[in-house]
Amino acid sequence: MNRFKLKDIAFSYSPDVSIFEGLDLTFDSQTTAIVGQNGAGKTTLVKIMKGLLKPSKGTLSIDGESIADQTAAQLAKRVGLVFQNPNDQIFKTNVLEEVMFGPLNIGFSRFEAEKGAREALKKVGLESKVSDNPYDLSLSERKLIALASILAMDTEMVIFDEPTTGQDFAGKEKIKAIINELKAEGKLILCILHDMDFAADVFERTVVLNQGEVILDGQTRDVFPEKNVLEKAYLEQPYVTQIAQALGYNDSFIHESELVAFLNNKK
Amino acid sequence: MSVIEVENLKYRYPDTTTLVLDDLSFSVEKGECLGIVGENTAGKSTLCYALAGLVPHFYKGAYGGKVTVNGLVVREHEIATIVENIGLVFENPFSQMTGAKQTVYGEVAFGLENMGLPRKNMHTRIEKYLKLLDVYSVKDKNPFDLSGGQMQRVAIASVLAMEPEVLILDEPTSQLDPQGSKDVFKVIEQLTGKGMTIILVEHKMEQIAQYADRVLLLHEGKQIDLDTPEKIFSRLDLKEFGVRPPVVTSIAQALTIRYPDTQLYPVTIQEFKRLEEMK
Ligand SMILES: Nc1ncnc2c1ncn2[C@@H]1O[C@H](COP(=O)(O)OP(=O)(O)OP(=O)(O)O)[C@@H](O)[C@H]1O
Ligand SMILES: Nc1ncnc2c1ncn2[C@@H]1O[C@H](COP(=O)(O)OP(=O)(O)O)[C@@H](O)[C@H]1O
Ligand SMILES: [Mg+2]
Ligand SMILES: [Mg+2]
Repeated sequence: MNRFKLKDIAFSYSPDVSIFEGLDLTFDSQTTAIVGQNGAGKTTLVKIMKGLLKPSKGTLSIDGESIADQTAAQLAKRVGLVFQNPNDQIFKTNVLEEVMFGPLNIGFSRFEAEKGAREALKKVGLESKVSDNPYDLSLSERKLIALASILAMDTEMVIFDEPTTGQDFAGKEKIKAIINELKAEGKLILCILHDMDFAADVFERTVVLNQGEVILDGQTRDVFPEKNVLEKAYLEQPYVTQIAQALGYNDSFIHESELVAFLNNKK
Repeated sequence: MSVIEVENLKYRYPDTTTLVLDDLSFSVEKGECLGIVGENTAGKSTLCYALAGLVPHFYKGAYGGKVTVNGLVVREHEIATIVENIGLVFENPFSQMTGAKQTVYGEVAFGLENMGLPRKNMHTRIEKYLKLLDVYSVKDKNPFDLSGGQMQRVAIASVLAMEPEVLILDEPTSQLDPQGSKDVFKVIEQLTGKGMTIILVEHKMEQIAQYADRVLLLHEGKQIDLDTPEKIFSRLDLKEFGVRPPVVTSIAQALTIRYPDTQLYPVTIQEFKRLEEMK
């Protein structure tokens, strides 16, 4: 998959409030972060892309072909979505069974599904938990199980809805490594985040969604200096950027190492 | 007497072999905000359950030691009695929703009804807290039809509305947008100012540094340290416990910007700037 395109999308949950009215967005090989205030429509957007919600208007296409012609089962093989709340996704009482469920569902053999599941669990560092009940695990572990379930399906596009929620430093590093690996494998990556530092650190492109509209879309390095636009969308700059600004330096710093090198040079 | 007293607390979940809480002893004073930090699975959420009585009343398992909150020995009282004194905001807001009510308004009213608050006061309170958390506009919606962040705001509102003496927040802003998260921390600051005692579990060390009076560092169920944010975040072995200091502290460490007297590193941008200018 090279391109996932949304054109003129409209959607509403109830007649009186519309979430999108004519949204256009295209995702390509650049890893993309979507940021925006609570209720902006981020989760709704990715559920539409995954075919879980039907837009009232507009088209979705993959590499120029409309997905309207594809069945839900076909789409499931191509687009994977890691849910915001793992409880929405997890329903087996055994970790291995849970992670195998997705692959089996899209037609993997039991052998392939188990192989994929074990590899995915290894990537998230939970291979020792294969026989546990997901509900006896801590929330952060359950989130990684949900992530592994999608990795195991080996889809061409992977969408993450707030994957870093509740993760410690090591957990975030794991997710960063997974994203970079998926990118190297040529997959399309889209990720919703409230963690500006993680967005700035990991993604090539950042999209700011506000009340169902894209108000900023560009290279991550160009997006985060836009303090006023970010604040309008109830966001803020990454801590590194905030620190540089407080010290009176220009605001193009988005990595900690850059700022340290700069300050060291000044000494 | 301290508002919270924990003495030699030990706990193990049913059918497991490792202690998730391993001999914890500490106390928290009225109006204090105690931060709890530690890597994933350190036992932070379990400690919250133990303070709120879910351990050992809901989660059985093996329990040792003594937890006293607001004069009540947690183990000896029913959850119903404890919740009148202690509010717990769950890590997963989904767990907070009772499922008994069809609207956000009803959800926040639920706890107050159980407390037996008069109708009139109830309405004022619900309105106040829904507005404070910026979810008044969704008051008539079904709690399960909210976005993740909206649900987390409702979860916080429903606990705050009960105006407990002790408030336990388990990663309360994990799904909030940055401004919303800032607003919640400002509310926390106001509440401690009014004498509420707060326990705050958080992965964003910047927030702990700004709002916690003291920090408890937990690792594999053990209490590694309990001290000021400056002391905890200046520990050179912090990474061994899976915790990183705030970004500003790690930059200060790289540049050796520290307090001349104590040799500790700054944990907030304001302090960093002050020390940098002094140099
Ligand atoms: N099942 C549903 N029924 C009705 N309204 C809904 C439903 N799901 C979401 N909404 C509403 O649609 C809007 C957008 O929700 P969405 O979940 O897409 O937001 P989001 O950007 O993902 O927010 P967050 O950052 O809080 O997760 C919100 O106002 C929400 O209340
Ligand atoms: N209901 C449960 N049954 C058995 N073990 C559990 C249960 N809940 C949590 N645990 C285990 O207890 C440990 C501590 O979990 P938790 O308190 O959630 O950690 P934290 O909040 O620090 O991430 C973890 O190893 C987790 O897997
Ligand atoms: Mg969402
Ligand atoms: Mg926890």
